[in-house]
Amino acid sequence: MKYTGKKFIKKDSLPFFWCAGCGNGIILACLVRAMEENNFTQENTVIVTGIGCWGKADDYLNTHTFHGTHGRALAIATGIKLAKPSLEVIVLVGDGDGATIGGNHLIHAARRNMDITVIMSNNLNYGMTGGQYSGTTPYGSITSTSRYGHGEDEFNISELVKAAGAAYVAKETIANPLRLQKFISRALKKENGFRFVEAMSICPTHYGKENRLGKAAEMIEGLKKNSLKIDLIKDRRIDELTAKIIVGEYIDREVDGYIKRYREIQKKAQNKK
Amino acid sequence: MKTPKVLIDYKLCKRCGICSHFCPKQVFVCDELNGAQVDKEEDCIACEKCVIMCPEMAIEIITQKEE
Repeated sequence: MKYTGKKFIKKDSLPFFWCAGCGNGIILACLVRAMEENNFTQENTVIVTGIGCWGKADDYLNTHTFHGTHGRALAIATGIKLAKPSLEVIVLVGDGDGATIGGNHLIHAARRNMDITVIMSNNLNYGMTGGQYSGTTPYGSITSTSRYGHGEDEFNISELVKAAGAAYVAKETIANPLRLQKFISRALKKENGFRFVEAMSICPTHYGKENRLGKAAEMIEGLKKNSLKIDLIKDRRIDELTAKIIVGEYIDREVDGYIKRYREIQKKAQNKK
Repeated sequence: MKTPKVLIDYKLCKRCGICSHFCPKQVFVCDELNGAQVDKEEDCIACEKCVIMCPEMAIEIITQKEE
């Protein structure tokens, strides 16, 4: 393989704290390979995480890291980027952290087009605290807080972030790690605006066990079977698309980015004196 | 090309069985007690599917060039 990304991994901290078969390890491997591909260094990168299983990822990376509070990783990342815009800020949030508790931060960071990259690991429940339902749990699924099936509909986070105005939005499952790496790499390559990559992951310990989806390998096969490329959905009926994971690049547009606009405002304010 | 060498770090392996499920050539045998074992190394085509899919980054494939 051309890129291994092993230079970003803290070898002493291995093995990962995640359960056997957890998809987070695959996403982390994709992220470090994409970072190596884009010539990121330990000195110019800051990884900001929240709380949760995916939030533990910063323990295994030897870049600058900041382990924030639950749901507020994006607020912290905004502060870091504004304080030192030369740094590359990557935010790792889970679905519970980023879309449920920190959902407001997510849409406003996307609206503001803060120049940061967000990698969301979506495993459809709160894995660390015992498999409670989150904002992305599909209707009818059994979790530890919905014993007779979940009564609410889920968020389509990628569409939400796209509608909020982000510069780049992509979604891929862990069944296709090379495409996931490609999307992360494209997100890191973009210079301006809010970049968001949603990685559909698995939780064999809670969500998979409660809903009888089988072991890790079977769950990954399930993701592969359920996913549908975004270019192919135009001529499909809406009822065909329910319970499908629509993967691909949702949007890729050129925007100014918040840092550039903030500098313009600073200049205007200085000239006024 | 000589047969590639498949190395598994057993300090990292958690016996999830993903590598043996996704290997196109059935190089691995996997059971929950011993984890993945390299069985038919001579069949390996060094596609590195297992390296990419392993959630623990525990597998490494070394391809030796023939002299």
